[in-house]
Amino acid sequence: MSGAESGPEPVVEVADVDFGFGERPVLADVSLTVDPGAFLGLVGPNGSGKTTLVELLLGLRRPDTGTVTLFGEPAHEFDDGERVGYVAQHATAAAGRMPVTVREAVAMGRYPHRLVGRFSAADRRAIDDALDRVDVADLADRRVGNLSGGQRQRVFIARALAAEADLLVLDEPTVGVDAESRERFYDLLHELNDEGLTIVLIEHDIGVVTTHASEIACLNRELYFHGDPETFVETNALADAYGTNQAPVHHGH
Amino acid sequence: MVTEMSPTPLQSAVTDPISGAFDWFLVEVWGRLLAELSGALGVGMLEYPFMQRAYLAAICIGIIGPLVGAFLVHREISMIADTLAHTAFAGVAVGLFLNSVLELGLSPIGTAFVVAVATALLVELLVQHGDVTTDTSLAMVLTGGFALGSVLISATEGGIAVGINAYLFGSLATVSKANVGLLVVMTLLVSVVVAISYRPLLYVTFDPTAARVAGISVAWFNRLMTVLTALVVVSAMQIMGVILVAALLVIPVATVDGARSFRRSLLAGVVAAEIGAVLGISIAYQYRLAAGGTIVLTAIGLYLVVRVGGRFVPRRLAAGGTTPAGDRTPQPKADGGDED
Repeated sequence: MSGAESGPEPVVEVADVDFGFGERPVLADVSLTVDPGAFLGLVGPNGSGKTTLVELLLGLRRPDTGTVTLFGEPAHEFDDGERVGYVAQHATAAAGRMPVTVREAVAMGRYPHRLVGRFSAADRRAIDDALDRVDVADLADRRVGNLSGGQRQRVFIARALAAEADLLVLDEPTVGVDAESRERFYDLLHELNDEGLTIVLIEHDIGVVTTHASEIACLNRELYFHGDPETFVETNALADAYGTNQAPVHHGH
Repeated sequence: MVTEMSPTPLQSAVTDPISGAFDWFLVEVWGRLLAELSGALGVGMLEYPFMQRAYLAAICIGIIGPLVGAFLVHREISMIADTLAHTAFAGVAVGLFLNSVLELGLSPIGTAFVVAVATALLVELLVQHGDVTTDTSLAMVLTGGFALGSVLISATEGGIAVGINAYLFGSLATVSKANVGLLVVMTLLVSVVVAISYRPLLYVTFDPTAARVAGISVAWFNRLMTVLTALVVVSAMQIMGVILVAALLVIPVATVDGARSFRRSLLAGVVAAEIGAVLGISIAYQYRLAAGGTIVLTAIGLYLVVRVGGRFVPRRLAAGGTTPAGDRTPQPKADGGDED
C-alpha cells in the first residue's frame, strides 16, 4: 500500500532494506511506507525482525542496503528529536527502579525543546496537558515505579504528547498489563490517532491490531503483507508468516 | 605528599591572586566562622586550622560525591567510581615514577587526573563496545590499574612508598591548603557542569533509548558522566583514600533511594553525605581513628538507620493513602515544587 505519488510526505519510508546481525539475516528486501495519520500495527512471530525494523526507522540502526527516511530525512541523520516519541520494549520496567516522579518523566518530553534553562509557560502547559490527556494528572507526584503497568504505559505516552510528537512508536507496550487496562490503553491510542497522531505499534496480539489499527504489516524477515485489517484477515499472510502449525491468536504469552 | 612545583612566572601571575584570595577565605571567613561555632558549641576541635581544612574538604566531598554518584548508581555502573579511584592510584605512581627517573617536577595529583580521565574514556568505550560484560571489564581495569601502581612504586627507588600510604588510606591531619583549594574548585566546577547538563544526564540515565530517539547524544553524556566521576574521585582521594573514596558516591545515594523525585533524591543524597562526612570526621578526631574509614562506616550506619528503620515508618503512613510515604529520607523541602 505505497501512498499515492502526489500525496503528503510520508512519515516513514523504508525502501528495499536488508539488515543482518553479522551472518544472520534479520530483514530481507523490506519496503514499507507510513503516511501521516496512519495507525500501523506491526505483527509477526518472535524473532521476526519487528523490533529491528522499528529501530531502523527510528535511526537507531542503519540498514545494510536500502534506505530509511523519517519525515523526509535519512533516519540515522534525523535530529528533530521532539517529533518522535518512542516507548521501547521493557523500557518501563527499568525506569521503575529510579526515584523519578510521573511529572519528571513526562517533563522529559520537553527536554529536546529545552535542554538547558527554565521551562517556559508553554513547556509547563504542554506537560500539564499531556498529564491530563492520558489521565494521570492525579498521579503527577507519585514515583513511576509505584504505578501499575497500565498507568506506567500511559505516563510514557504522556511523555510523547508533551514533546508534541508527530509519530509515536511503541514496542509491545502492554506486556504484563492486565486485560482491563490494556483495553483502556488501546482506546486511548485509538483516540490519539483520530486526533492526528501517527502511530506504529508492535503487537503480538493479532486481535488488538485488527481491532484498532488502520493498517497492518505482517513481518517474518520479509514483509508478508501490508494493507488494511479487513484484507489481512481474508488472506493467508498470517499463516504464511507464522508457518503452518502456529495459531498466534491463541498463542497467549 | 603534594610535591610543590616551581611555577612559571605566567602561572604565578594567575594563581597567586587566586591562592591569596583562597587564603583569605580559609582564614578570615571559614576559620572565623568555625572558631565562632567552636565557642558557641564548646567544641574545641573546630579551632584548629587542620580540622577547619578537614571539615571544609569533607563538606565539598559530601556535595560532589552524591551529585555525580546518583547518575552512576541509577545507571547501575557504580563500580566505575571504584575502578577510576584505583587507576588514579596508578596515576599517582606514574607521576612519582617519572619524577624519580626523569627528574621531572610533575604533580602526582596532576598525573592522577590525566590517567583517571583517560581511563574514564576507555572504560566508557569498553562498556559500550566491549565483548566482555561491563562487570568483568571494570574488574580487570580496576585490578590492572592497582597492579600497575604497585609495580611502578616497587620499581622506584627511594622513599616514595612513604607517601603512598596517605594516598591509599587517606589522611585528615595532612590535608594541605592545596588539597582543599583543589576540592573547592572541583566542587564549583562539578556542580556547575551537573546543573547545566542535568536534563540530558537524567534522561540518558532514565531511558537511554528514548533519549537517543529524542536526539540527545547518549554516548557523549555517558562520557561526561564518567569524566566527572574521575574528577571527583581524584580530588577526594587524598582525604578519603583510594580504596574508600568511591563510598561517598554510592552509599548516600543508596541511603535516599526512597526519595520520590530525582531532584529530591539529589538533595537528600547530599544531606546524607554531609551527615556521614561531618559526623565521621568528628568521631575520627575524637577517638583518633582513620578518617576515611570512619566516614564510610558512619555513612553505612546512616544507610542502615534510614533503610531498616524507614521500613517500619512508611508502611503505617502508606496505609493512610498517598501521603509522602515514598519519602523516608530526612531531606529539606527546598525545591518548592519547582520540578523538571
